[in-house]
Amino acid sequence: MEQAKVHSEYCNNILYFRLTGEIDHHSAPLVREQMDRDIYFFRPKNVIMALDGIDFMDSSGLGLILGRYTKIRDLQGSLKIEDPTPEIEKILKLAGVDRLIPVVKTNKNCG
Amino acid sequence: MIKAENQFELTLPALSENEGFARQCVSAFLLRFDPTVTELADLRTAVSEAVTNCVVHGYKGMSGGQIYISVRCFAGRKVVIRIKDKGCGMADPEKCREPLYTTDTSGERGGMGFAIMESFTDQMKVKTGVGKGTTVTLVKKLS
Repeated sequence: MEQAKVHSEYCNNILYFRLTGEIDHHSAPLVREQMDRDIYFFRPKNVIMALDGIDFMDSSGLGLILGRYTKIRDLQGSLKIEDPTPEIEKILKLAGVDRLIPVVKTNKNCG
Repeated sequence: MIKAENQFELTLPALSENEGFARQCVSAFLLRFDPTVTELADLRTAVSEAVTNCVVHGYKGMSGGQIYISVRCFAGRKVVIRIKDKGCGMADPEKCREPLYTTDTSGERGGMGFAIMESFTDQMKVKTGVGKGTTVTLVKKLS
């Protein structure tokens, strides 16, 4: 089982997070801490969460996304979700998160 | 009582670090029935929700409790997964089943656990009572 990790990059007022591994109730707090630290440090206008590297996510992942969404919004920033796997997309739709946070597909992993 | 064609049982301490192990054990057992990728992903997620509920709500994060998992496979490719704790139980299970209902006040939990279990399986049953623990039964027929 791959431990949840987050890789962050900041450039041109965009904070880019790429999450990998398995996100559940146990691992979510570990990545949450790093994401919050970066959000409060950079106070970015735009945040992107790339989800294509996630092997597993349950409702704890929804909590992670929604919690960050609220913090980013409070700092007058906006959040986008990038490249969710089909499994994650199903959970986002079920919870109605896709109506709250824009979900974009970059197709960068195709071809 | 109809006899299961194959089954396995697992008891493990209600620790958050065991959540991943629990869903992977169930997943490894189900692989022998050749489920589709979606069926396996759905059941893995549903099991993760149920096990997390035992840790977070059943035993309220306190150590010492056990989680009892059984997976039975019946004729016609019907899978029945039971996840049980002997924790505090729920006073109002119907309320807990409502999407977005959560007892969490930190804003870090979505209240979608039961909604996911219900939507990712064919049938979900909850047996609970205050002080009597909770048993969640998930049923799914594999194609």
